[in-house]
Amino acid sequence: MSDNILLEMKEISKEFPGVKALNRVTLRVKKGTVHALMGENGAGKSTLMKCLFGMYAKDSGQIFLEGKEVSFKNAKEALEHGVAMVHQELNQALKRSVMDNLWLGRYPTVLGGLVVSEHQMKEETKRIFESMELRVDPKAIMSTLPVATRQMVEIAKAISYHSKIIVFDEPTSSLTEQEVAHLFRMIRMLKEEGCGIIYISHKMEEILSISDEVTVMRDGTWVATEPASALDMDQLIRLMVGRTLTDRFPPKTNQPSEPILEVQGLTAMHSHVKDVSFTLRKGEILGFAGLAGAGRTEVLECLFGVAAKKEGRITVDGRNVRNRNARESIRNGFALLTEERRATGIFGILDITENVAISSLSKYKVKGLYLSNRRMREDTAWAIKAMRIKTPSQKTKIRSLSGGNQQKVILGRWLITDPDILLLDEPTRGIDVGAKFEIYQLILDLANNGKSVIMVSSEMPELLGVCDRIVVMSGGRIAGTVEAKNTSQEEIMALAAKYV
Amino acid sequence: MKEKTGFGGRIQAFKSLEPKDRRLWYKEFFINNSLYLFLFAAIIAIEIVDPMFLSVPSIVNIISLSAANLPIALGIAGCIILTGTDLSAGRIVGFTACVAASLLQASGYPNKMFPGLATMPIWLVFLIVVAIGALVGTVNGFCTAKFHLHPFIVTLATQLILYGVLLMYLMNGNNNGQSISGLDAGYDQFIKGSFLKIGKTPIPNFVFYVMIITLIMWFIWNKTKFGKNMFAVGSNPEAANVSGVNVTATIILVFMLAGIMYGVTGFIEAARIGSNSATTGLNYELDAIAACVIGGVSFVGGIGKIRGVIMGVVLLRIIFVGLTFLSIDANMQYVIKGLIILIACAIDMRKYLVRK
Repeated sequence: MSDNILLEMKEISKEFPGVKALNRVTLRVKKGTVHALMGENGAGKSTLMKCLFGMYAKDSGQIFLEGKEVSFKNAKEALEHGVAMVHQELNQALKRSVMDNLWLGRYPTVLGGLVVSEHQMKEETKRIFESMELRVDPKAIMSTLPVATRQMVEIAKAISYHSKIIVFDEPTSSLTEQEVAHLFRMIRMLKEEGCGIIYISHKMEEILSISDEVTVMRDGTWVATEPASALDMDQLIRLMVGRTLTDRFPPKTNQPSEPILEVQGLTAMHSHVKDVSFTLRKGEILGFAGLAGAGRTEVLECLFGVAAKKEGRITVDGRNVRNRNARESIRNGFALLTEERRATGIFGILDITENVAISSLSKYKVKGLYLSNRRMREDTAWAIKAMRIKTPSQKTKIRSLSGGNQQKVILGRWLITDPDILLLDEPTRGIDVGAKFEIYQLILDLANNGKSVIMVSSEMPELLGVCDRIVVMSGGRIAGTVEAKNTSQEEIMALAAKYV
Repeated sequence: MKEKTGFGGRIQAFKSLEPKDRRLWYKEFFINNSLYLFLFAAIIAIEIVDPMFLSVPSIVNIISLSAANLPIALGIAGCIILTGTDLSAGRIVGFTACVAASLLQASGYPNKMFPGLATMPIWLVFLIVVAIGALVGTVNGFCTAKFHLHPFIVTLATQLILYGVLLMYLMNGNNNGQSISGLDAGYDQFIKGSFLKIGKTPIPNFVFYVMIITLIMWFIWNKTKFGKNMFAVGSNPEAANVSGVNVTATIILVFMLAGIMYGVTGFIEAARIGSNSATTGLNYELDAIAACVIGGVSFVGGIGKIRGVIMGVVLLRIIFVGLTFLSIDANMQYVIKGLIILIACAIDMRKYLVRK
């Protein structure tokens, strides 16, 4: 039996400061099979794959490829040993041609390596494409091709390296049904040729139809490995979710009262968000659930005016507001904590005071001219105390703080603008468990004080534990709204897949 | 990990280091401060070769040359803080200098550009010149902010346009492309005259004007909403936008302010040089950028201090003057200048690299 196993990842552990991302996880992929890897966001699937490809150094454990121990330093080395990955977000040189991308880093050469042989490149590319029933001009520029075709090029690349293991990370998230069918034909072909396929996806029907075996992970640990034929959807969900919610969340004490925010028919200009309508009550925490790409972040960005709206009406306390840009939204009592803390949240090289004060500078003007340092420092001191921010001083650069403390600084920035409606996008992403509890407590305190909160999260237990109601989005639309008290992760998952 | 602040704290932190870490600390200290150490050594070496280097006239010379170049550097520093640059700075200085000179030529001067023009009030010419600088700066900022062009491209284009306009301007009236000289004595006195002497060496008035301007710039950078917004936009424009900063307006204002500074420089240069042509201000932006970088204004964005810019300008000037004192070949001076800029940038960049 053991010689049937192509890849074995044995008892892999990986720890980040404050989080155990992987705890002795084992994964065995057999020759000529599709092995699905499942789990909620944050279960450790990506971390496990990053350990395989050497993007993270594993703390302990071993990886065997065809019985030989391997330890790749980077994705290129893995590729050369026949371990390939087709990414969720394709990493390609979009301005270059298909064949340039295919042979990048190992162009076939003539004249002693001096000249790249375009001819040979083209012929080789054609040969591989024929075997894949793919009709694409090798000289076409990558950016002119649809995502599905670009993905196929990535698969062709894996084939050209004679890969034995190919990892697919959410490959169907942006494909049409026909394209999915083509992809599955490809995967079956690779399987027949003896490859081992690792297939990461959230879509359960897909998993059950294509895979031979399923490994489920939860909270960085291995939960189960079962033949796909022995599982149905309910069992799968139970394996993925199965945990209790006690003690992970502070007690819910907030009392939602009358409606404060009314959103009707919100449609985005540049994204797929369409006809989103909902109501938020004073003192309420409204969750937004959905799969990656469901359009939750886009809804918040439209509401806050950092993404353009096409249609839709926003009413605050019965008053129409337009929120055309962030300044206007702040004046209307909105605040947005963004998902990408590094990219759109912190000013890394500036200190805590500057990071806290930036959204309320007008407040500190003396005689309409200069800013009062004293009042800025007072407000920052308040934020540090109220948010329990751990920092040596106000002069510390924010980038030297931990993720949780950075998040609290930004939360403090927004609270100083005295908002009525807080839009929180993944407020606990990349934060360790202890700090998460503190953030939950802060959010509940806000609701207790009559603030209204919209919270986008990909962690369902978090939504169930903190929110009053949960709006579930799917494919840019609202699939349903549920009461957090009488719903289940199963119901939310089913809604999230409604328009996929 | 607790960060120690204050000098005492730092000494304590140093004492708690292991011998191995101490060696690393020394190494870091020397690399990060190598420029200052080098400069210190250079001053001593030059002083030994030629004791006149640290005499009062020589020091006043260095100070006034630095002062002449400070406003342009202060202006360009803002652009660098936004991770941009400004290649039009020198041309704006040249253009405004020529305009100032042409409007303030002595009334009896034979080749006067506008013979019929009575001598204008100095303050009016100052305002005109500053307005021209502000206008060009605003165009630079507008194109950068609205069309999302890199300021390198925008200012490359505007400096060319401006040069053409300058050449046409010099063909005006009786001038016929000549240098503009024969300036009004009042203007000359206003800039180059002196009300304060050290020993027998007069300090030109413009040094004091530059001091006032530097104070104003310090105030704008550190005490106003605009200043805070500038650093925020330079540090992370996306986050600034989400935080409610008007990013477009901030960028335009930074370039406009820079333009004003170039106008001020032009106004001073015209009288300081006395004879202005199309080559006035040529390549000034390069020395200004070099001074900023040496003074720790980083192309990483969001980093820079007024005192750093002052330091950079003065250091660069000491080096230039020092090289002359050492009677180093003029051609060789370019090589040395280039090397100093390169090394300064490399040392600066080291601080922001993420160690892997």
